[in-house]
Amino acid sequence: MIAPLAVGRRQSQADRLVRPTHIVERNTMVYRHTFIVIFSGFFEPLFYLLSMGFGVGALIGDVPLGGGKVPYAVFVAPALLASSAMNGAIYETSNNFFFKLRYAKLYDAIIATPMSLGDAAAGEIMWALLRGSLYAIGFLAVVAVFGVAGQPLVPSPMGILAFPAAMLVGFGFAGAGLAVTTFVRKWQDFDYVQLLLMPMFLFSGTFYPIDAYPPALQLFVECTPLYRGVHLIRALMTGTPDAGIALDVVYLAVLGAVGLVIASRRLEKRLLA
Amino acid sequence: MRVFETDLVVFRRSWHSYLISGLSQPFLYLVSMGIGLGVYVNRNGGLPGGVSYIDYVAPALLVTQAMMAAAAESAWPIMGKIEWDKTYIAALNTPVRVGDLLVGDLIWIGFRATLLSVLFLVVILALGAAASPLVLLAVPVAILTALAFAAPIMAFTATQKGDAGFNALFRFGITPLFLFSGTFFPIEKLPEVVQPLAWVTPLYHGVAVARSLSLGEVDPIGWAVHIGALLACFVAGFAVARITFRRRMVV
Amino acid sequence: MLEPADQTAPLIRARGLTKRFGSFTAVDEIDFDVAPGEAFGFLGPNGAGKTSTMRMIGTVSPATAGELSIFGLDPRQDGASIRARLGVVPQADTLDTELSVIENLLVFGRYFGLSWAESRRRATELLDFVQLTERSKDRVEPLSGGMKRRLVIARALINEPSLLLLDEPTTGLDPQARHLVWDRLYRLKQRGVTLCLTTHYMDEAEQLCDRLVVMDCAKIVAHGSPRELIEKYVSREVLELRFRRAEGETDDSAHLDGQLEGLAERVEQLPDRVLVYTSDGEAVAAAAYERGLRPSSVLVRRSTLEDVFLRLTGRSLVE
Repeated sequence: MIAPLAVGRRQSQADRLVRPTHIVERNTMVYRHTFIVIFSGFFEPLFYLLSMGFGVGALIGDVPLGGGKVPYAVFVAPALLASSAMNGAIYETSNNFFFKLRYAKLYDAIIATPMSLGDAAAGEIMWALLRGSLYAIGFLAVVAVFGVAGQPLVPSPMGILAFPAAMLVGFGFAGAGLAVTTFVRKWQDFDYVQLLLMPMFLFSGTFYPIDAYPPALQLFVECTPLYRGVHLIRALMTGTPDAGIALDVVYLAVLGAVGLVIASRRLEKRLLA
Repeated sequence: MRVFETDLVVFRRSWHSYLISGLSQPFLYLVSMGIGLGVYVNRNGGLPGGVSYIDYVAPALLVTQAMMAAAAESAWPIMGKIEWDKTYIAALNTPVRVGDLLVGDLIWIGFRATLLSVLFLVVILALGAAASPLVLLAVPVAILTALAFAAPIMAFTATQKGDAGFNALFRFGITPLFLFSGTFFPIEKLPEVVQPLAWVTPLYHGVAVARSLSLGEVDPIGWAVHIGALLACFVAGFAVARITFRRRMVV
Repeated sequence: MLEPADQTAPLIRARGLTKRFGSFTAVDEIDFDVAPGEAFGFLGPNGAGKTSTMRMIGTVSPATAGELSIFGLDPRQDGASIRARLGVVPQADTLDTELSVIENLLVFGRYFGLSWAESRRRATELLDFVQLTERSKDRVEPLSGGMKRRLVIARALINEPSLLLLDEPTTGLDPQARHLVWDRLYRLKQRGVTLCLTTHYMDEAEQLCDRLVVMDCAKIVAHGSPRELIEKYVSREVLELRFRRAEGETDDSAHLDGQLEGLAERVEQLPDRVLVYTSDGEAVAAAAYERGLRPSSVLVRRSTLEDVFLRLTGRSLVE
């Protein structure tokens, strides 16, 4: 009746990689019904690119960057890619994750299976990245089309690295998002999350260089994750890399990893009491 | 009116979070775009007539925030009353009629738009972002724009089963309007083919009047045309909403 | 290292098992064994510590003290391996409301590491077993309580577990739905699946359990088969008497006035009726009538676990 059983089998490395993908499968199943929701997210950065890059760009002309000058659209496009990576990651790991945690009780069910809560958290991040990667590819494709149409937005071949960079931005924010959401008690608390994200979106060197800020404010902005993401992607797309991009990469990787660890611990504390 | 009073009672419990989220966005946009980005626009002499960018953007944001708030309130909360909490059904068991629900909630949305607009006007004045005292008249324009959006969106909400459609409405309707209705740059900068699209959107008209008032341009004919467009939109939306509400609630 | 399958070793073994939340002791040094193939029950009122015990067995709640082994494994170290062979039907349904009925099973199969093909094969089979094949493509939300519970049971079986944990499997279901669930659980037992369940329903414990422990205030107060417990703690029959009370009377002492003295093994006064424990209810009823008692209603029934619980704790189970 009882099958022979390997005793003391710990979670193997393979399991650690495979199990999170089941969460991705589950989320894909859910979105099969409402694919339009995912699809529509692609248009947001595009609309901003057209409005800001070209509409407002026509009022601005060139802006200074890395010692030279670039057209405003070239300046703003990388920032929109970074913001879109941030928004995609946050959307999945805030409201959606909160719903699954508090209302759908998804993880209450999952703990009855061999999956660990670390697997579940990693799976949600993987899923957020997958969704983000669709937007990044879409955005870069549009940017490439502009290039072909004689409006080059990516002056540097390094621009190809903007894709993994956008993934890294997504990873940083997805990890942080999961961790923050484990502390959230009610829906209204997300208003405060918005209250952090909105200023970051508007003031992190996204729409204009931060050189005009007082030094203290500059330093503060440079410490925000979106600034690091914008700086990284802009350096790659415009071909103006500096030593700062190493800092960007480390910052975002650590943010995501620490977020993942905190989220896993918090989930365990909450569900495995 | 009783519907409005119910809303008011509920609101008394959540007003601070509402004001924070409702005001923070236009305020942050005003500072970021008007002041931060304004440096580069003004340096380039981008706007005709030497208008400073913050003066240009401020009245537009005043109208836009009223539209955004009204649009959001005509979507999820109304769906909540129809479908999720069924407050409308409960109200209809009393002498309240379908038309009363519609009027009550429009008054409510207008009230909230007024509140936000007045507060935002104070912000504009504090930042010195208005050239003319006529900017005071931009508040009623913002309210009218809010209602011109609220009525048709409520009509739309009554036709929806869940909130899936709102995502598309905001992504493909409200956000593009926010970005392309002359809020941040003159629509003349748009390709000529899409310019007529801007003319038929109510937001463009609201922004145009508010801006000319705020900049102190006197243009009675232009004002009349724009106000007329807003009124038409509101009236048409209201008429359709009466029909869709009745269809939804009176079975 | 492989351990040979041992038919006689208990599937679950607990010694001095304790769970504390801060200063509150939910489970207080309990001992029990669950043998392969049996249906084992934890009977007790809400808050007796049943769910905490189940969660410890399900490896989702670490024991504060004592020993616990499941399949001979230590839940602290081999949680994943234990869960791989365990089916869990939690008290709340925890179905995935964003997925359809069959998708709920498919995705669970994947969580257990089954291939898609295998998940699909088992899901189809299980939907048939719990009589939900026709609702396979439906959303979960509109299902009735009984259907949801059956779906949760199907979900718990997707990994073909040898041990099924059920926490209050029929709480909140109407009588018809309960019988359907009992029937399916009985079939599983016939197939050799070990059942371990908690309940505060006497009839459920009597219907399903080969052996049970009665829990109260975090401790085990009695154990045995339902029959053994009834024989050990109560008489064969119970006579239930109700009296028409005058205004202001809160119990029936005035009516009884010691008149049952010597007639029965034990008399228990409840807020709404008097229970008389005896081997022959009819005879006692007649004798009481002779002595002048005039109850408004008289009922003779067989003793149940409810009576056992009352005897053991002085309280009734469902309050």
